[in-house]
Amino acid sequence: MDAALIPEGAKRCSFPKFMLGIAIVGAVLLWGVYAMLLCWFKGLNQTNMNDYYGFALWIWADLAVIAVGGGAFFTGLLKYILKIDELKNIINFAVIIGFICYSSALLILAIDIGQPLRGWFIFWHANVHSMLTEVAFCLSLYFAVLTIEFIPNILENRQLNKVPFFHHLAHNMHGTMAIFAATGAFLSFFHQGSLGGVAGVLYGRPFAVREGLLIWPWTFFLFTWSAAAFGPCFTLLVTRITEAVTGKKLVKDNVVHLLAKISGWMICTYIIAKIIDTIYWATVTAPGLGFEMSHFYTNNSFYGYWILVTEVIICGVIPGILLINKTTRENHSLRLLAIILGVIGVCLNRWVMVLQVVAVPVMPFDTWALYIPSWQEVATTILPVAYGIILIAVTYRYLPVFPQERELNQSKAQES
Amino acid sequence: MFPFNFEWVWDIGHYLFFGGFWYAIGILGAGMTYCIAKAAYDTVKGSQDNHH
Repeated sequence: MDAALIPEGAKRCSFPKFMLGIAIVGAVLLWGVYAMLLCWFKGLNQTNMNDYYGFALWIWADLAVIAVGGGAFFTGLLKYILKIDELKNIINFAVIIGFICYSSALLILAIDIGQPLRGWFIFWHANVHSMLTEVAFCLSLYFAVLTIEFIPNILENRQLNKVPFFHHLAHNMHGTMAIFAATGAFLSFFHQGSLGGVAGVLYGRPFAVREGLLIWPWTFFLFTWSAAAFGPCFTLLVTRITEAVTGKKLVKDNVVHLLAKISGWMICTYIIAKIIDTIYWATVTAPGLGFEMSHFYTNNSFYGYWILVTEVIICGVIPGILLINKTTRENHSLRLLAIILGVIGVCLNRWVMVLQVVAVPVMPFDTWALYIPSWQEVATTILPVAYGIILIAVTYRYLPVFPQERELNQSKAQES
Repeated sequence: MFPFNFEWVWDIGHYLFFGGFWYAIGILGAGMTYCIAKAAYDTVKGSQDNHH
């Protein structure tokens, strides 16, 4: 039915089977859209946020998708600026994942601000003293960059590419992509950093506050670094999931090994910096503000030392070591374990820096403020996942996302 | 956002924030304008390049 749109030489499932899959995920999407409309029409009383918990599940989801979406800017930097040519075989998919992550982040923000009709105020009436204004600027502009990076891939669709203007436009955009990628890397550096900077300048929150360099707290640099380190893990993880679902090999091992190796070294350097930062904070910063480290990890039913050990050791040190070691990196199962741990690690870091920060009591009369999200918050957080699955399914079906797919599956096709 | 907005002040904050903002928009806008204009020119000229 849609054979004319499918990339030449590529095998795809039947159209009814494809539509059945889309319908199942689409039902989850509609559940999220329903919750989103409830939040828009009835207001933020649909959530379990309160004056204590102004930052909740959405902001964690926002920071997490932005962190894992960092694979797009970092892979773009490696491919277009540092000229690592092998990565051309995964850059399209990295861009699509980045596009999904950043559009999801903007969608979540549109729900979180409560009055989306006033979303443009952040540009028109900008508060130039706020790191979040800078985040909003860079986030929107970087989403524009990702859209620009995504357009050539869309224009390479079998039918669209027959239109001479689209064919030339895709070609010209490929030719100038380094400029867009450089702009994207610049914007990403600042918005990833400023998201960390927001936590680092919370002087009333001793769990988050950090010293730093000039106006930037150390968390500024740690957030950018961690996004560049763990973002490629997410790209590799989604690639692996796509391969498992389609039953095809889509990217050659040498490309995967290379990206995993770069990610491994980035994780190792990041985690060393993170450990130094944590030790300094625990021994100098927090005591200087009148708090012992144990204050942040005891006397509550959820946040214990386990979360610190899981984030830094299990989901930081271990994946880093597994990915820099050639033997473990090239072992399929261990590499998969490492990238899963890495993705969990960066998401856990964002959880700690958003939710644990506001949960910790700071006044003598305060108690731990634990929070459970409402179903509307959960549904709207799952909404981007369903949207991402649908967009990946559609792009995989109709666009030449993986340049090596045909070559890698040719022998298989000949056999069948 | 613009100097004609009532809250606009010519201070370092506005220079940095909006300087960066308009600079980035300028690069993206100029880049896309170039690509679109060249694609239109190539289409009219009828050049046939198939190497991406």
